Amino acid sequence: MRRARLIVGGLGLLMVTGGLVWAGTGLQHFGHVHSRYGTHLAHAAVPQRAATNSVVAIAFDYRGFDTLGEEFILFISVVGVMVLLRAIRGDADPRKGVVQAETRQASDSSRWLGAAIVGPLSVLAAYVIVHGQLTPGGGFQGGVVLMAALAFVGLGGEYLLLLRLRRSATLPELADAAGAAGFVVIGLGGLISAGVFFQNFLPKGSPGNLLSGGMIPLANISVGLEVAGAVLMVLSELLDQRLMGARR
Amino acid sequence: MNALIAVLLTLVAAAGLVTVMIREPARQAIAVGILGVLLALLFFVLQAPDVALSEIVVGSVALPAMLFLAIAKIRQDEAGGEDEDR
Repeated sequence: MRRARLIVGGLGLLMVTGGLVWAGTGLQHFGHVHSRYGTHLAHAAVPQRAATNSVVAIAFDYRGFDTLGEEFILFISVVGVMVLLRAIRGDADPRKGVVQAETRQASDSSRWLGAAIVGPLSVLAAYVIVHGQLTPGGGFQGGVVLMAALAFVGLGGEYLLLLRLRRSATLPELADAAGAAGFVVIGLGGLISAGVFFQNFLPKGSPGNLLSGGMIPLANISVGLEVAGAVLMVLSELLDQRLMGARR
Repeated sequence: MNALIAVLLTLVAAAGLVTVMIREPARQAIAVGILGVLLALLFFVLQAPDVALSEIVVGSVALPAMLFLAIAKIRQDEAGGEDEDR
């Protein structure tokens, strides 16, 4: 039995290794990629879309439909996590566990670090989101930075603040849903005004200005909201699970 | 390929190996965070700052935070399973 497994495993390993080596010989040389489509888009982004960051121009304009799919992959996986975790939680109120958390507060240094870093990180997140069409960054990058800023609130031991943020207004849920819907609405705007899904329908502006790239800044803002809301939902739900105490 | 890329590639490979070799989950979460930072540096050196920006936050903050919360919850459940008064 063990012998048979070794033979099957060895054969598989040999085939995978051979396949990888064979595939590797067909690759382009390191650092010398010649893609006609890529070169064309890199040259077309500024004259056609007034966006100096061609990466974001491709993600949110030329290939906006692909990004829509990716956005909904994140959306659906977060919904899946929420369904699982909330079914486990049932009717239990996480606030009962907060008393327990308060007695175990974070150390002074991590509270101070958390408090000091929240403001600058939030500003950085807003900067990265709204400058997506100009410099490296954009909705996804800014969204995760925003999420990190809010996660530092939790690190600073402000469990209560994070819980209130989530409990009262269900702010991350709203941001997640509004961001996902906003991106679809932007695509529909192109469909209505120009007859093509994700066709730009806003004034392009001049390259290098904050308001340039047509619909790209709007798309960045909605994706930023969605990403920050989605990751924050998962983190705070996990935090709730932790605060609820042991399940029996 | 210049020396900086070679050094970073080696460091990423080493960090990946270390992450797998450590068998204790909480330490693994820290190691995977360090791997995230190294990967972000590599992406930056390879002229992909957009990817580096995502990787540095997801790899070094979001992923370890989720792992830590999950590990804490599992330990809590295991402790609760042994003590009757929890």
